[in-house]
Amino acid sequence: MLEPMTPLQVQALAAHSALHDAGIEMQDVDGLLVANTWGIPGAGQVPTITMAEYFGITPRFVDGTSIGGAAFEAHVGHAALALEAGRCEVALITYGSTQKSERSRSLAGRPASLTMQYETPWGMPTPIGGYALSAMRHMHEFGTTSEQLAEVAVSARKWASLNPDAMMRGPLSVEDVLSSRMISDPLHQLDACLVTDGGGAIVMTTADHARALGKTPVFVRGCGEANTHLTVSSMPDMARLTSAQIAGQQAFERAGVTHSAIDVVEVYDSFTITVLMTLEALGFCQAGEGGAFVSSSRTAPGGAFPMNTNGGGLSYAHPGMYGIFLLVEAVRQLRGECGPRQVKDAVNALVHGTGGTLSSGATCILSLK
Amino acid sequence: MQSQYDKPVPHIDEESRPYWAALKREKLILKRCLACSRHHFYPRILCPHCHSCELKWSEASGLGTIYSFTIARRGAGPAFSADAPYAVAIVELDEGVRMMTNIVIENVDILAIGQRVGVIFEHVTEDVTLPKFKLIGS
Ligand SMILES: [Zn+2]
Repeated sequence: MLEPMTPLQVQALAAHSALHDAGIEMQDVDGLLVANTWGIPGAGQVPTITMAEYFGITPRFVDGTSIGGAAFEAHVGHAALALEAGRCEVALITYGSTQKSERSRSLAGRPASLTMQYETPWGMPTPIGGYALSAMRHMHEFGTTSEQLAEVAVSARKWASLNPDAMMRGPLSVEDVLSSRMISDPLHQLDACLVTDGGGAIVMTTADHARALGKTPVFVRGCGEANTHLTVSSMPDMARLTSAQIAGQQAFERAGVTHSAIDVVEVYDSFTITVLMTLEALGFCQAGEGGAFVSSSRTAPGGAFPMNTNGGGLSYAHPGMYGIFLLVEAVRQLRGECGPRQVKDAVNALVHGTGGTLSSGATCILSLK
Repeated sequence: MQSQYDKPVPHIDEESRPYWAALKREKLILKRCLACSRHHFYPRILCPHCHSCELKWSEASGLGTIYSFTIARRGAGPAFSADAPYAVAIVELDEGVRMMTNIVIENVDILAIGQRVGVIFEHVTEDVTLPKFKLIGS
């Protein structure tokens, strides 16, 4: 167990470790991308400035794109553009949170000002209520069942049981999920992600530089992103994840690969429903077929569709904005570093982050080639 | 009016003042676009459909359909705890816009998507009247 830390310390340790892994010195970082929930109001309102100062660097490219948990997948796309354009040579993406230690997560939602004045007064448990509204609509339109949603959590737990770093590793059954406390119908406690501390970092550089460093490089083949709404009532279609449809299509087109070429999938599992809607929107199955798609342990270890192989936000960790861990796990899988949970011969990975209340989406297709 | 209301209330601003003022008079009003004839919600200074700024307020029928709903089994923060379980819904008004609201009902377990609802006005503070909904016969 680590000593209690601040979000700045968490990021510094994650950055230190990622740079060491890459074989790059902190002084060579000239691009910095940060999304945060810490330090607001205060130093966190200008997170790239705060982190550059804390790290002791003077980046010439920064990006504080803040779109919730999908921010880090968007950062990868933005860093790739900056690297290609020569605006920086080494880009560092960091995230850290101590929300569990601070007990800062509450169900109350955002202050009722500007657009939130039309939502916060209704007492929707936040964020789960927004996802519950989508789950209810998905069930209504497509006949999706609570058992199908529970399969997502059960498969995630099976992966987590293979990961010594996962928070929740004990056995979990569909019945356990269904008998856990109902929080916001139709979503139960065990349909929801964990609340943990944590942090992560990603180092990106040009392909030539990466090859010269000696560590197995993972290439960014294609990215896409989209935002649709913040107020839940403005979601274009509550049974369909429009942001992921747009982001995924762009990423596949830019990568020039098809769905069948993807060996491992890491998608944001804030709630079980998020996964079903994301798989449908990305085109791995048709709209409404997500429930059937994840049934029979298809996404579990040994299943035909390896997904969320670290145990996901449901069983591995979820420190506020989980998106950076999707990228970390995809890179580890492609490099073959995953031990008992390793997906055999994984060459191409798809990563999709979702932020806000199904508000934003960003997709990255990563490859050994 | 409740003597003490400790739930979050809207921070009424220059843009929303006519909306909340109308609710206080028990009228639900929407912005309607003169260029494309469509309504939108929440009220904006430009039409989110065609981006025209030629808009006017119009009174809504107050009738709609439950597009989706959830039952909060525990409150969204301490102020709501005593109310749980309660229903939070997205209602699609007959004018074609969706808004978040509460469905006021004794037995939350009979709610279903597609049920018809009508607006009711809950005066919660001196300035704020919340447009909630109740089931109506179809
Ligand atoms: Zn218009």
